[in-house]
Amino acid sequence: MPALKVNGHSHDIDGLEDAPLLFVLRNDLKLNGPKFGCGLAQCGACTVLVDGEPVRSCVTAAGVVVNQEITTLEGLGSIDKPGKLQQAFIAEQAMQCGYCVNGVIMRAKALLDQNPHPSEGEVRLALDGNLCRCGAHNRMVRAVLRAAAEA
Amino acid sequence: MGVSANRRDVLKGAGALVLGFEFVADSALAADAPGQKLPGDLNTTPKISSWLRVEEGGKIRLLVGKVELGQGVLTAVAQICAEELDVDMNRLVITSGDTRLVPDEGVTAGSFSMPNCGSAVRQVAAEARQILLGLAAKKLGVDAASLGVADGVVKAADGKTATYWDLVAGGEFEVDATGKAPIKAREGRRYVGKSAPRLDIPFKVSGARIFVQDLRPDGMLHGRVLRPPAYDSKLVSLDSSSVEKTAGVVKVVRNGSFVGVVAEREELAMDAVAELRAQAKWDVPTTGETQDTVYDWLLRQEPEDIHIRKEPVVSIAEKPRKVVGAVYRRPYHMHASIGPSTAVATLDADGVTHIQTHSQSVFETSIAIADMLGVDKSKVHCQHEQGSGCYGHNAADDAAADAALLAQAVPGRPVRVQWTRSDEHKWEPYGPAMVVSTAATTDEKGDIVDWMLELWSTSHGTRPGGKAGNLLAARYLEKPFALPKPVNGGPPNYAADRNAIAIYEFQSQNVTTHFIPTFAARASAERGLGAYANVFAIESFIDELAAAAGADAVEYRLRHLKDERGRAILQKAAEMFGWRDYKKTPGSGRGIGFARYKGLAAYCAVAMEVVVDRGSGKVRVTRVACANDCGEVVSPDGVKNQIEGGIVQSLSWTLKEAVRFGPGGVRSADWASYPILTFSEVPPITVELIDRPGTPFLGTGEASQGPTGAALANAVFDATGARLRDIPFTPARVKAALQA
Repeated sequence: MPALKVNGHSHDIDGLEDAPLLFVLRNDLKLNGPKFGCGLAQCGACTVLVDGEPVRSCVTAAGVVVNQEITTLEGLGSIDKPGKLQQAFIAEQAMQCGYCVNGVIMRAKALLDQNPHPSEGEVRLALDGNLCRCGAHNRMVRAVLRAAAEA
Repeated sequence: MGVSANRRDVLKGAGALVLGFEFVADSALAADAPGQKLPGDLNTTPKISSWLRVEEGGKIRLLVGKVELGQGVLTAVAQICAEELDVDMNRLVITSGDTRLVPDEGVTAGSFSMPNCGSAVRQVAAEARQILLGLAAKKLGVDAASLGVADGVVKAADGKTATYWDLVAGGEFEVDATGKAPIKAREGRRYVGKSAPRLDIPFKVSGARIFVQDLRPDGMLHGRVLRPPAYDSKLVSLDSSSVEKTAGVVKVVRNGSFVGVVAEREELAMDAVAELRAQAKWDVPTTGETQDTVYDWLLRQEPEDIHIRKEPVVSIAEKPRKVVGAVYRRPYHMHASIGPSTAVATLDADGVTHIQTHSQSVFETSIAIADMLGVDKSKVHCQHEQGSGCYGHNAADDAAADAALLAQAVPGRPVRVQWTRSDEHKWEPYGPAMVVSTAATTDEKGDIVDWMLELWSTSHGTRPGGKAGNLLAARYLEKPFALPKPVNGGPPNYAADRNAIAIYEFQSQNVTTHFIPTFAARASAERGLGAYANVFAIESFIDELAAAAGADAVEYRLRHLKDERGRAILQKAAEMFGWRDYKKTPGSGRGIGFARYKGLAAYCAVAMEVVVDRGSGKVRVTRVACANDCGEVVSPDGVKNQIEGGIVQSLSWTLKEAVRFGPGGVRSADWASYPILTFSEVPPITVELIDRPGTPFLGTGEASQGPTGAALANAVFDATGARLRDIPFTPARVKAALQA
């Protein structure tokens, strides 16, 4: 049985191997973190981690990542117990609408896992493929740097 | 005005225009809105219980018609409510944007939420507190004036207490506000004036359910719509038989040129639309404008001319003056929400269609959808749910209409429709292209004597407004609804001509709107409406005049600016930037832009530095300083977030964005063909506020875009000597200007 391992839990996805990972996560596993933004891997809103690497779940078939460790925004913490990056985004009030924030946090998570103390330039470069329309970029960069500083 | 006859010359941007001003004595300016008795939207919904209820379990319910768009408005009104009612913010439960439950506050737009909703909530909460204190005084047998309140617990001098929740038996708030309850003094305030953490952010960082996209009611189906290749296309034929036979496809809906699919799974609905697209044959119009011809088109149309300011021109004949003019253009810009528009609709057994939508105008949209469906307006119920940031009238309402249409085909089953990226890019109503022409006469010192501005624009307002013809789907039905006659907005807020009247004082100012009552591309309200282009033109032109006079750009503005709050903001931004001591380095330059939004709302000045690479033509913004005065500040961080976001969005519009389109359809169909500013391109931005406690809330979401565009053009001029009047300032355009 093909199984999707998401945030430490295993889910049977028999028959859904060809479906976009994003839709399986959102519609079948009922996770709200990853967002549909473009379906083209252009905006980053759908980003999840697969074995620690940021992946655009909108263009990834669910069957491609079976038995790999998938982490979504929900895997970093919850509304009652937010994780380090999530706390930093709250502390910096780092968003307006928040639709892009899933992708920004997940991309930042991958960055900090590889480079725990990035420079501001490194953060901006890492996030350059994540689009934000509200103009909360600087707040989000500060949030990532705050999370790194508090590590 | 005489200059209208010279439109072709205007378009060519002839260096100096000779003007024939018309001598008119009367002022075309209308008076302000008639005297209001109650604050904000209390005028239309005066009953206290419409806004506020004391509920069981120690809760207070606040009901508002304005909705959360990511601008933080619900947090701000919660701060105000908690402040005046003397309760902890966490006691508040907010219902917003439900057409069956909340006051009809119209559209959440135009920077009106704080003036109209914030002011109403403040008064309502103060009056509710007064009523509750009256009840407590009676119960405790003391004078109401001797009572204190902390978190809903009323305390008498002798130590006796009563809580709000004990005091209400029901019906106490079934009275109209009087407008007489006093508002708390600034001293002793707990919430207002302080940056309260936004209520929605913990949800958004953790993936807790908060967006309309996150709704998954039981039995929900997925809907998708097949949009035509281009505007006004007609469906000639469609063989949908193979799609209809596909397992999991519940319904193919066809009504005229409107085609949609309802399926059990989202990816199946998308695949089905792809298959239908391959099968569909369309009649596509072969003529139409493009992003390049639209400016000519604007000037060619028969406009409705509105002289929004007419003043006698100081005689040119008696004393010859230097006359200069310039022409500025902005293209169509898209709202470009990161999340495509989405709605969920369900046709219930009682014939009511319930719709969850991120519309800014739930009331008017529900009426428009009822109009489209041919049902009584009581048969459509809209509930606001948060969506991706919209920045004006995007496709939110159209997605709601799509979902409503598809839901009619599967009674009892909720249908969620999310648009594709391509449809969002191609079909949303854009912020319209504009041409703005300015001219002035100057005296021997270079000071401005006469000022003239003319603008050409289509409508900035095709919101649903209760009319089906404003909904995209309705125009493609078998019995199509026609687009209502486009209108411009009048004073005091204006629309295409918003901010077309300069705040500066000249000996004469004449402003004419050439309103084009038709469309070259679908257009509607985008953040700031005409203010973006008009402020861009005014603040660029005054910079040109300052340069011609050999004057400092800030000092020159101050010569012409009497408004004290305006002067304070302009000077503050200059000081924050380090204007006086600024030292240019090779390739760098500074610019400033300033406006009072709508001429009656927030004051905002933006100063910035750019570095221009002469080889590539690339403009890099290195830092931005902004000063803002939006009256009394409720949440300083909330205001700064709005202002900063507006600056970034305007930099993106001005540096990069233009919708490309033609008779075959819109060609800006994704983020590759319509790029926006990215993290590495966003400069450091500092924002400081001048708080004005005791003065009205002015709103702030749309204050910074116009000044930003102009400051950018002015900085590029300072850096290179090249004056950019055509937005966007792409490297190719900058390079051409440098070589001119």
